[in-house]
Amino acid sequence: MIKYILKRLLAAFITLFLISAITFALMKLVPGGPFLSEKAPSASVTAALEAKYGLDKPPLEQYITYMKGVLKGDFGPSIKKRGRTVSDIIWAGFPVSAKIGGIAICLAVVVGIPLGSIAAFRRGKWQDSIILVASTFGISIPSFITASLLLVSFGITYKLTFGLSSAAHYIMPVISLAFLPTAYIARLIRGSMLDVMGQDYMRTARAKGLSATVVLFKHALRNSILPVITYLGPALAYTLTGSFVVERIFTIPGLGNEFVSSIINRDYPMIMGTTLFLSTLIIMMNVLVDIIYKIVDPRIKFE
Amino acid sequence: MSKTFLEIKNESVSFFTPAGEVKAVNDITLTMGEGEVLGIVGESGSGKSVTAYSLIGLIANPGRIVSGSISFMGNDIHLASEKEMRKLRGNEISMIFQDPMTSLNPLYTIGNQICEVITLHTNKTKKEAKERAISLLSEVGINEPERRMKQYPHELSGGMRQRVMIAIALACEPKLLIADEPTTALDVTIQAQILELMSDLQKARGMSIILITHDLGVVATMCEKIAVMYAGGIVEFGTADDVFYRTAHEYTKGLLSSVPSLHTTEHGRLKPIPGVPVDVLNLPAGCRFAPRCESCMKICLKEMPPITFISDNHYSSCWLLHHPNGQNMSTDI
Repeated sequence: MIKYILKRLLAAFITLFLISAITFALMKLVPGGPFLSEKAPSASVTAALEAKYGLDKPPLEQYITYMKGVLKGDFGPSIKKRGRTVSDIIWAGFPVSAKIGGIAICLAVVVGIPLGSIAAFRRGKWQDSIILVASTFGISIPSFITASLLLVSFGITYKLTFGLSSAAHYIMPVISLAFLPTAYIARLIRGSMLDVMGQDYMRTARAKGLSATVVLFKHALRNSILPVITYLGPALAYTLTGSFVVERIFTIPGLGNEFVSSIINRDYPMIMGTTLFLSTLIIMMNVLVDIIYKIVDPRIKFE
Repeated sequence: MSKTFLEIKNESVSFFTPAGEVKAVNDITLTMGEGEVLGIVGESGSGKSVTAYSLIGLIANPGRIVSGSISFMGNDIHLASEKEMRKLRGNEISMIFQDPMTSLNPLYTIGNQICEVITLHTNKTKKEAKERAISLLSEVGINEPERRMKQYPHELSGGMRQRVMIAIALACEPKLLIADEPTTALDVTIQAQILELMSDLQKARGMSIILITHDLGVVATMCEKIAVMYAGGIVEFGTADDVFYRTAHEYTKGLLSSVPSLHTTEHGRLKPIPGVPVDVLNLPAGCRFAPRCESCMKICLKEMPPITFISDNHYSSCWLLHHPNGQNMSTDI
């Protein structure tokens, strides 16, 4: 187990290194730069700024300098947000996004799993049809539509249009974020539970005289939950780091915003910082998923 | 003679599939005494397992019990509520299945799965249930029971898993054990061990067993009474001796002659029953075996043969046995 985790950490290190190299290269290939704007500064000012941030050096040298800093835990300054470091900005935005995202994922699990189970147990009945149709909508409607609709309807009625100043303000962003994962989890559970219900051990469980509740929760659910765990790892990483759309619509100072704006601004250290942060989170979640797998299913061996 | 322990009367079970009604079990009547071992034989799809599932109320959708009654120790099972049935299952009537490899939940330890049924049906504490589980495991011939308790099904062999299934089935001292092809998925030496174990346990506890199988050798060694099923109906019922030595029905005769014996010569061929099993969606009007029967008569194709008693405990439904004057013909036709 410990050996396995160490192995995974080493692999993670290599992955992160590759991600950093590819991102850096792509970033440099994109035309434009951080100092281009409508009111372009004079050539001498631009040259001075570039010299200040080391952008006048050859790309390889810039990359090496950057990576040296990263290894020391220094992600550099933000070019656009003067006076703030990349780490500052990430640690200011992440807790806000993580709070909404965390609640959204919990909601998705708590709602999605029972819905999926009901659909499976009532296969072909009206409950199943309703859940299937609803989950198809949940998967296919993009979040900017759900978020905008919520904003226009409830947001304006209850004056909850921006910020997170009260608990009630969390409701709409959380619902917008939870919509897709709820629908997805419900579908996953329905599919795997239908599969599990045909298994011989389910017949054994019923032949023991166990009640439907015990059969469902003890014997069926644990066997059908693995696909959901697989999905939850990356989903959690993406949701915790925030959604650009939802944060824009509800005016929330989260991290999701920074991903997109850093690219639009060509804020090179910010692009690198946010990308590496998200990658690290995804890799960590995947290791966590593997460990949870092992706990849920004793047949899984690490070696 | 033992009192009427189990009585199945005119039981019919159908599966309502999109293709039409499949009459899996068609008007069967059967009685069984306490402490008896009853064998139900027949080929795949003859309704053996469905009969067993209807006994413990586990007919799955789209199956439905169409008519009939089952009386178990004086209580009609079809009238029992789901809650009453749950008290019966695993407690008074328990069941073991064909494939031990998949019949245990892969995510729980052996101990957990045995204790589960004990704590459900008795007032035993967790600790007492654990002790009982350990003694059950050693009773079914599993070595190092304490260690096995903590193991998962995938760590055990097929034979061991079937022993665990038997331990689960016996946990609450059932009156009736239904064994649905318990040895089909096991290799021959393990088969013999499992059958011997079941036989020993049956004698020690005086419980009744319904053994469902397509293996005539298995019923011959284990069962006192045998019911032969074909296409959802019982074609012949009698003691093992009646069925094997005073065979009445043409289908049973066919089955028996298709079994290899020590007397079969090296180049001798087994004699299979000609034709294919009937299409259960379109059952023939007359005897369901008629299209494959070598002694088929005109009436066989038109009307269902009635039950004819050859002796007190031996009956068969075949027109050949039926005498127009209402008297039964002798068996040596």
